[in-house]
Formats: sequence, structure tokens, C-alpha cells
Amino acid sequence: MNEHTPAPTQQSFSPQRLKGIVRKESLQIIRDPSSIAIAFVLPVVLLLLFGYGVSLDAKHVPIGFVVDNPDTNTQSFIGMFKHSDYFEPQRFITTHEAKQALKARKIFGIVRLRSDFSDQLLSFGEAPIELIVNGVDANQARITEGYILSIWQLWMSRTAQEQGKPLHIPITIEQRVWFNPALKSRNYLVPGLIAVIMTLIGAMLTAMVVAREWERGTMEAILVTPVRLKEFLLGKLIPYFILGMGGMLLSVAMAYWQFDVPFRGSFVVLFFASALFMLTCLGLGLFISTITRSQFVAGEISILVSFLPAFILSGFIFDINSMPVVIQWLTHLVPARYFVDIIQSIFLAGNVWPIILKNCAYLILMSAVFFILIIKKSHKSLE
Amino acid sequence: MLYQILALALKEFQAILRDRQSRLVLIGPPIAQLLVFGYAATFDLNNIPVAIYNQDNSYLSRELVSHITGSPHFQLVKHIQKDDEIAPLITTKKALMVVHIKSDFSTEQAVNHSSKVQVIVDGRNSNTALLSLNYIRTLLIDFNQQFLNDQGQRPPPAVLEIRSWFNPNLLSRWFIIPGIVALLTLVVPLIVTALSVAREREAGTFDQILVTPLSPFQILVGKSIPGIVIGLVQGTVIIALTVLWFNIPLLGSIGTLYLGLTLFLMSTVGIGLMISSLSVTQQQGLMGAFLFLVPAVILSGFATPIANMPELVQDLTYINPMRYFLIIVRGIYLEGNSYGDLISQFWPMTLIGLVSLTFAGWLFKHRMY
Repeated sequence: MNEHTPAPTQQSFSPQRLKGIVRKESLQIIRDPSSIAIAFVLPVVLLLLFGYGVSLDAKHVPIGFVVDNPDTNTQSFIGMFKHSDYFEPQRFITTHEAKQALKARKIFGIVRLRSDFSDQLLSFGEAPIELIVNGVDANQARITEGYILSIWQLWMSRTAQEQGKPLHIPITIEQRVWFNPALKSRNYLVPGLIAVIMTLIGAMLTAMVVAREWERGTMEAILVTPVRLKEFLLGKLIPYFILGMGGMLLSVAMAYWQFDVPFRGSFVVLFFASALFMLTCLGLGLFISTITRSQFVAGEISILVSFLPAFILSGFIFDINSMPVVIQWLTHLVPARYFVDIIQSIFLAGNVWPIILKNCAYLILMSAVFFILIIKKSHKSLE
Repeated sequence: MLYQILALALKEFQAILRDRQSRLVLIGPPIAQLLVFGYAATFDLNNIPVAIYNQDNSYLSRELVSHITGSPHFQLVKHIQKDDEIAPLITTKKALMVVHIKSDFSTEQAVNHSSKVQVIVDGRNSNTALLSLNYIRTLLIDFNQQFLNDQGQRPPPAVLEIRSWFNPNLLSRWFIIPGIVALLTLVVPLIVTALSVAREREAGTFDQILVTPLSPFQILVGKSIPGIVIGLVQGTVIIALTVLWFNIPLLGSIGTLYLGLTLFLMSTVGIGLMISSLSVTQQQGLMGAFLFLVPAVILSGFATPIANMPELVQDLTYINPMRYFLIIVRGIYLEGNSYGDLISQFWPMTLIGLVSLTFAGWLFKHRMY
């Protein structure tokens, strides 16, 4: 870092100086409770909140029923909804009333059975069932439609059977859902959350460490010591790496014991993959930290490039395959994307080597790029 | 008094906008993010990668296959020839779905007038799995109807007529993009204010402000103005883009939207200042902002519905201003809600704003180092 120090002992890598920097950073972490809080309290709180809070599984969706001419047929149709876990049927006398309730967001949809419903059904005419859903939340609306569709089909074939005219549906589906047969959204969201939380922790912890030294003026103090750049960066990384991996282990343990997410792969593989991912995140954070000298900018950038992309572009909740091609390209810049793929597969499907190796290769590439950039950038800014 | 507040607000602006980097950070990323997230955040499925395993080479099965491959929702990745090709395709995510037509498909049809197709789905992402199953089910209903018609048989008696209000084509973009307005107007003002007092505390200049004739109330107002103004400017740009670029319908009144935005910003800034007055260093301020921001976004109903959360967590969301603002934005954009429809969302935000601002002002004097 300083070309004018000729002593050979100062040129080479010194474990002792590294130890000194590690000690200094560790003390700084221990004395400032906020770092400890980020590494251990944050994952626990976030996983608890999100593990319970983030769910795409609708339950007890309030649905309004308007039946113009109630009889046994309509009764049995509504009965199917009452017995289902997904719906909570409510009766309305008039369509107007039901529409008011839909507008006031009291119910999510309206099912209307017209007065000729049973007549048409018995004479095999067309018995229309009107369904109106609140489409604001399109995903929810679509899933609800799907549930109603399957209840309706089930009811129809059952009723036809009872009336002695079994329906011949030419082709029916026999569905098999692998890895997550009950289709619990928690099983894929919780592992994904670990990736999001780790991104946060990794990038947040390190984003400010170098910027802080500049802002406080202690960078100059470090510059005049014989510490080499490699030692300085490694010394900054090691304590935060250990801290981050601690948070990681805690999160995995919680996913397994607290949320009962099945774990089908090997823990050792997950551990190595997480170490790689942690390194990439720390690299990202450290890189942000070296390109700016103000904590404000470092903080702002780290939130903008870590949390929000990890949340939206990682495939944690929104499917990457459905994004436009240009955006799919962009997702390759988000480290969390690779880890989400790895961790979801290790938890739910096992050690799927093609997925693990491909994504690990990307993570190695990304962290290498970050560290090369960091070294280049710091050389420049330190001279 | 007004002049003094303005002077302080001006100084705050200068502190935030002083260097090029900070100015860029305030303007560039939110716009870039709106554009990227606007396209990325979708629950709609298209091009579901599907592999077909057709062991029955009859006319009917070929018809079915061409129906699936011809649909815009599905994209054929492979014709499978052997049983043991299925598992690798699904586990490595090359295909999300395998449609397996067994060799007895057409004989079953001839004998029983009914046959089964097996559909195997990758359940790792349960939402995608659920939606793709819905797509294939709907596709089969259409196929069956057509098949029965062609054969001169009666289709099943009851038919389902589906209409969806407010978003007739069920585009999830219409749901997500108004949400992004809330998301992005939350992030920047929160960070700006969360660091404002902490920065002065760290530099030691906050004590100097406290000994000036300015009252805590004046300091509070002076510190709040930049966050609110930045939020309003940013909000305006974002709202303009949602309408002009993304063509999201904005049915309600702009005035109501801005009232909501201002109240939302007030509560955001209040929380930001509260975090800031609790912290001693900028790092703590940022951590605090983060600790609020992340749960506030995830538990707001932005991506996953609040109604799906357990009761306890649902109760917790009542202290989250973004929860209310999301209902307001979506209500105004898609449902054309008026001021009266949304009053139940306005007052809790105002309350959160007032309480947090008051507390922040109190902390100015009572948390000294």
C-alpha cells in the first residue's frame, strides 16, 4: 500500500498483523451491540415473523353466495364449500348486497346460482354459475378461481352420479406434486428467506466498515501503519464471516426445527454453499464500502442493491422464468438468485448436483469479481 | 419562527444533497428499480417448461399434445421416450411439468369413455406449481368440451362463468406496480431521516442545534421537511411512470392519492426520526431503519396477502403504515376509491405519524450523550 516502505518484513504477508486487524474488528463488533444484533437477533426475528407471516396459501377466504331459488341442489353445492378449508361461505339475499360487500373488501368473491339452476341441471341444459372475484390481487384471484373450479367439478360429477347419470369426462388429470405434495408455500418461502436474510446480513455488516473508517478519519491512521492491503481486507472480512455464518446456522436450525421444512440434502453441502454465498455477500458489501467514503451513501446503496433485489429478483417469491428475458439476464447479477436455487433444492429435493455445481460456480465467479474489484479500487483510493 | 424552520430545513437539504453521489443515490436507483421490478415482479406464468411423455400413439393423445404445446402458457422442452428420463428433467428444473400419457390411454377411452393423464409437477415453488396445475386443468376442460362437441355429445350441464372485477385480465402487474409506488416512497425518505439526527449526533453538531433558540418542535419540523419533500418529488416521478410507462389505470382522484402519500410520508418520516434520535451513530441509524424496513415491506401485503397470516402477525401489521398505504394506492388506482371509501385507512396512518413524531421530538432533549 505504501511503496516507500522498503523493509522486506513489511512487504510480505504477516499473520501477526492480520491477527491484529481481526482483533480490532472483533472488538469493534463486540463493543457495538448493533452488529451482534444484526447477526443473531435479526435472523431469528425475521425468520419468525416471515416464516409465520409470509404465506401464499389462502385459508378461509370469505365468499358470498347469492341463491335465487334455494333447494337441495344449491344446498349441497354450498355444502361443499363449507366443508372446504379454503372457503368461508356467507349468504346474501340480493346480488346488490353482495356487490356492496365485495366493494367494501368484506368478501373476496361472489358465487351466484340463478333461479333456473336446478331445472337446467336436471334436464342437462346449461346451468350457469356466475362467479365474480375481486381481481386486484390477481394471483390470489387466480388461485381462488382454481379452487372453485375443482370444487365445482367434483360436485358436478358427484351429483350426476347420485342422479344415476354418471358423467363421462373424457380426460381427467391424475396429479403428482413432487418434493412438496401438500403444496405448502412455507416449504419454499422459508429456505428462500434464509437467502434474503443472509444477503442483508452479509452486505449490511460490511457495507459501512470501510466507509466508516474514512468518515471518522481513522483510515489515515491505518494507512500509516505497516499493514498491507490484503491483511487489511482479510482482517475486515474474517470476523464478519464468522458472525454471518453463525446467523446462517441459526436460520437453518430454525427452518428445520421451528418450521418443519423437510431437509433432504446433506448438511455439509449446504454449509459449503452457504460459506461461498456468505463470501459473495461480504464481497458485495465490502465493494460498496470501498467505492464510497460516506456512510450515508454506503447504507443507501447497500439497501438498494441487496435487500430489494434479493427480495424481488432472486426467485425467492417471483418465478424467474416468467420474467421478461432482459430482466432474467439482470437476475444473474443478484447473488441471492444462485443461493435461493441451491438452498430450495437442498431442503426440498436433496443434493441435486447439476443445480448445486452450476450455482456454486456462479457464486465463485461473482465473489472473485468482487474481490478483484475491491483490490483494484482500494489500491487506487489508498494511493 | 417560520423563517427559522425554513433555515434549518434548507441546511438539512444541503446536508443531504451536498455531494454528487448522494444526489445520484436519491434519484437514479428508485427509477431504475421501478422499471426493473415493474417487469420482474409478476405472479403470472408464461412459458411453463413442459415435457411430454406420450406412450400412446393415438389420434386423441396426439391431439391433446398439440393442444398443450400450442398453448401460449406452455413451452415444450422435450419429448420423453423412457421412464427414467422424467426424474432428471424435473429435479434439475429443466421442466416444471411432465405430462405422461400412458399406453392404455386410447383403449381406456374406447372402453370406458374416460381416461387419465398423469401430470407430474415440481412442487419446490408451490405457487408456480399450483398455478401451472390450474392452467393445465383449464386447458383440459376446454379440450373435453371441444371433444364432446365434436362427438355430438352433450357437455356437462353446469358451466362456470367467471368475471373478475377491477382487473379483468388478472394481470398481476396491476397489483404489484401500485405496490412498488408504496415500496419505493418508503425506502428513501426513511433512510434520509433515519440518518439525519444520527449524523449530527456522530459529528457532535446536534448539541449545537439544541442550544440554539429553536424549540424541539421547530427542529422536528425542520428535520421532517426534507424527507417529505424528497418523498413527494420521488413519488410524483414514480406515479407518472406507472401511468405513462406501465399503463396502469389510475381511476381515482390524484388529490386523494397525494393526500395518502403525504400522510404516509409523514408517518415514515416520524418513524425515521424516531429511529434516528435513538441511535448514536449512523451505522446504528441505518441498522434501525433496516430493522423497521424489512418487516414493514414483507408484512405489508405487498407480495403476500395479510389475510393469509396468522392472527397474531395480522394484529402486528396494524402498526405498519405501509399496510394502509398499499390499500390506499391499490384502491385509488384499480378500484377508483374516493376519500370516503378510504377514511378507515387515512386515520391510522395519521395517528402513527403523530405518535412517532411526538416521540422523536421528545427524544431530542431526553436522549443526550
